[in-house]
Amino acid sequence: MDRNHPQHQVLYMRRSLFDQGYIDREQFIQLEELQDDANPNFAEEIVTLFYTDSARLIQNIEQILVNKPIDFARLDDILHQFKGSSSSIGAKKVKEACTQLREYCCAENAEGCMRTLQVVKQEYAVLKRKLETYFQMVRQVG
Amino acid sequence: MNKIRALVVDDNMVNQTIHHRLLKNLGIENQVVKNGKEAVDVHSSGKYFDLILMDMDMPIMNGIEATRRLRAMGIRCMIAGVTTRSLDQEKQEFMEAGLDDYQEKPLTKAKLVSILHKINYTT
Repeated sequence: MDRNHPQHQVLYMRRSLFDQGYIDREQFIQLEELQDDANPNFAEEIVTLFYTDSARLIQNIEQILVNKPIDFARLDDILHQFKGSSSSIGAKKVKEACTQLREYCCAENAEGCMRTLQVVKQEYAVLKRKLETYFQMVRQVG
Repeated sequence: MNKIRALVVDDNMVNQTIHHRLLKNLGIENQVVKNGKEAVDVHSSGKYFDLILMDMDMPIMNGIEATRRLRAMGIRCMIAGVTTRSLDQEKQEFMEAGLDDYQEKPLTKAKLVSILHKINYTT
């Protein structure tokens, strides 16, 4: 198959998402296996839900961190949710960043939390961009 | 094939959707509620289920309290805790509330089938 063939590009991109550690291969395949003729885009629909959920959670985290005193208990609850949904779609790097942020939260280290939140946001933004590109290519191939 | 009915109890939309779909793909009719109180209320309304997938951390009423309440109401169906909590102490507290099984998230088809085999489900 020609390397520039769209199907080849989809396969290459998919493999690189797994190999570069952005997405857990097994978990992503689980989502794809839930697709059928009636729900051919289930994986993309779940990922889109993840975007909505993540945007809300990141906004909540930012609001908590600007308030004084910081409500670390509430922050921990939100990070638990974020870890959970990241884990469900196999978003490995986002989940790892949330774990790091949670450690600073448990230590009630405000500066560490703010610094690590930027890492979470960056990992999320990179993943979103890659997944949007991937699913766009998948749709083009049909 | 037995007609099993399940209840998904989880506050997270991503998990709700995945668990609903996992069950549906296995031919299991299921309903989704978003916290422990809704799980209790749906039983109080007279509905029954063969399986409850119960998340632990939820607002209003968490999974531990909901499990205790359901057992106190006489609900004897399979209740499987599904959570990201991994500490033994947390698991123990959840199990002691009345769970029949416990699975760590993310829930997969294999984990779900292992739960279902405990209620004589045949694929």
